[in-house]
Amino acid sequence: MTLNAYFETGFELPFRLTDEFTKQYPHVTWDIKQDQFTNLINATPRLLSGDNPPDLIRLPTLVSFAKEGLLKNLDGYAEAFGWNSWPVPQLNQARVAVDGTRGSGSLYAMGLNYSLTGVYYNKELAARIGMTQPPKTLAEFENVLAKAKAAGLLPIMQWGSAKSGMGLAFPLQALMASIGPIEPINDWIFQKEGATIDTPSNLEAARHLEQWIRNGYFPPDINAIEYTDSNARFVKGEGVFTFNGDWENANYDKHMPGKIGFFLMPPATADKPPAAMSAPLTFGIAAQAKHADCAAFFLNWVATDPTARQINVSVGGSNPGGPADAAMPSVAKGSITSETLAAGAVINEAGTAMDFIANATSAIFAQGWTPELQKMVGGRQDAAGLLKAVQAEYLRELSRE
Amino acid sequence: MPSMMASNDSPPVLVASRQSVHQGQARREALVGWLFALPALLVYGVFVLLPLMLTIIYSFFDWDGIGPMTWVGLDNYVTVFQVPDLLGTIINAFWLVVWFSLIPVTLGLVTANVMYRVALGRFGTLARTLLFLPQVIPLVAAGIIWGWLLSRSGLINEMLAALGLGAFTRAWLADFDTALPAVGVIGVWVLLGFCAVLLLTGMTKIDQALYEAARIDGAGWFRELMTITVPLLRYEIGVCLTVTVIAALAAFDIVYVATGGGPGNATAVPGIQIYILAFTQREIGLASALAVMLMVLVVVVILPIQRLSQER
Repeated sequence: MTLNAYFETGFELPFRLTDEFTKQYPHVTWDIKQDQFTNLINATPRLLSGDNPPDLIRLPTLVSFAKEGLLKNLDGYAEAFGWNSWPVPQLNQARVAVDGTRGSGSLYAMGLNYSLTGVYYNKELAARIGMTQPPKTLAEFENVLAKAKAAGLLPIMQWGSAKSGMGLAFPLQALMASIGPIEPINDWIFQKEGATIDTPSNLEAARHLEQWIRNGYFPPDINAIEYTDSNARFVKGEGVFTFNGDWENANYDKHMPGKIGFFLMPPATADKPPAAMSAPLTFGIAAQAKHADCAAFFLNWVATDPTARQINVSVGGSNPGGPADAAMPSVAKGSITSETLAAGAVINEAGTAMDFIANATSAIFAQGWTPELQKMVGGRQDAAGLLKAVQAEYLRELSRE
Repeated sequence: MPSMMASNDSPPVLVASRQSVHQGQARREALVGWLFALPALLVYGVFVLLPLMLTIIYSFFDWDGIGPMTWVGLDNYVTVFQVPDLLGTIINAFWLVVWFSLIPVTLGLVTANVMYRVALGRFGTLARTLLFLPQVIPLVAAGIIWGWLLSRSGLINEMLAALGLGAFTRAWLADFDTALPAVGVIGVWVLLGFCAVLLLTGMTKIDQALYEAARIDGAGWFRELMTITVPLLRYEIGVCLTVTVIAALAAFDIVYVATGGGPGNATAVPGIQIYILAFTQREIGLASALAVMLMVLVVVVILPIQRLSQER
């Protein structure tokens, strides 16, 4: 049988996994179409509702498709394969309740892996300013940032153009989780009734970010820097730190093997567990898919087959999920992936994973975070105004749904 | 009488048949003409008229692109005014008119005039080709190249630094004060060649005797330009203004590639808002309403230009 699949151009992992699957199960072949991320997002509703609905499709967003009945409800598969007992709290991000809120309810997508974000650092530059081990608290981290600035280094490399989407959302969310509780942030992302991003602890987090901007911790032209340029400049040695996710591990290991380290955003006080933005690489099955069972079997295979898990970790760089007793694939010692996998275990243990604040609504990134954070860089928006403006945009978008 | 009747009768019959032959031929020619035009009409109908009609229809519905459509009457047109900074995007679009239209047409007039007077030979051909080149380069590529040139470490800042103007260097597309003018400069670069070549073509049709007469009367270069060239190029200038004003008000590609509307909303234009509403927010009805309003705005601005350029 031939499975009909839609993947995202530029990400090797699903292609490598489908190849391996056919090697193990030769009677299953793949008809894979691929498209750029933004095109895929725009095309997804038509693909799902079309004549030849995909058996497997990369799904960056899923709430509206689930509500419209275009996606297969995966509860039956989750029951049969035992997915619900896996120690991956991030799976909640793919659940949609009857009222359309995310975070609980029926499962509509499955993670191919579970990415983790945090702070990457250039070990050589960090050593130059006397940072021998990762900071344990926010205060320690800010102390290092100040030292980097004083030493004439760029403390944090980050991107911020409207085309890439404002990368300051990463440190902002990290600060929010460092200072306050994560539940209100998740409630907001999952569109729970009455949720707001404008909380006292988030305000304090935004004030820290504003101070970082004023202190010159980010590149002065951040509003023009693309995601890819930011990464290219970081691996060329510009910037002591950068906030990013483990999908860049392979890139970092290739360009600066052994020279880049990773740590989770340190909490404000040492007794608080660290938290991180961490999300599944979600794939779904169309409601009318012809080979839904086989696609679900594939998703289960990715998380449980040792070879698939190995590919998952070495190509994708992220935690492959799966049952608690599944062996973790081997990774090169000292590689950045070994560090992020260890950090991911800490987050899973503490249960402090969050989805990305830019995913709360489909346009909150483009219409809320990006322009308002860019204004903050330009000195035209302050911490309080930022949260008020984003919350207003959030309510405006929800009222139109 | 019968013979007279006959003689009276026959000519009209003849005339009538001759007429019908003529009419048939004319009808057949018209039919053939329509047949030749048919492919183009089909394309025009399917790709211009149909989408236009659909956009107008969608604008009265609440629709996410796939689910059921709900009739909402004029609600979308009311909601359009709640789109954040909508007024700001329209003001930005009018600022772009200065950069995309007024400057290229004015500069194009001067450039064409200079080329017409001094450089009609091989150098003129080269100059025309160079000027027209931006029209051939895809706007997306142009946006990317200009993005590099205008970046903090780009060529333009390096040139400024080399000239001792290091204090003025900045990330031109990322600075709130310079982003819109920087996008405007890209527009000037793209549209100047179009205007200059079109106006130059128009100038070659002006009777030389008029200039000779003016020169005998002691008119200088500027006087000739204003009293002979500009009035006689009225139609070409009208075309230039029409094309460039539409390019400014309906701008999307250059802005999207150069800045994506940022920083903040400093370069946001209606075209980008429509794109975000339709494809990111999947508010097809709302996006269509904004698109219809943009079309009306363009027509309102363009009609007086058309009037002015065609009056004799």
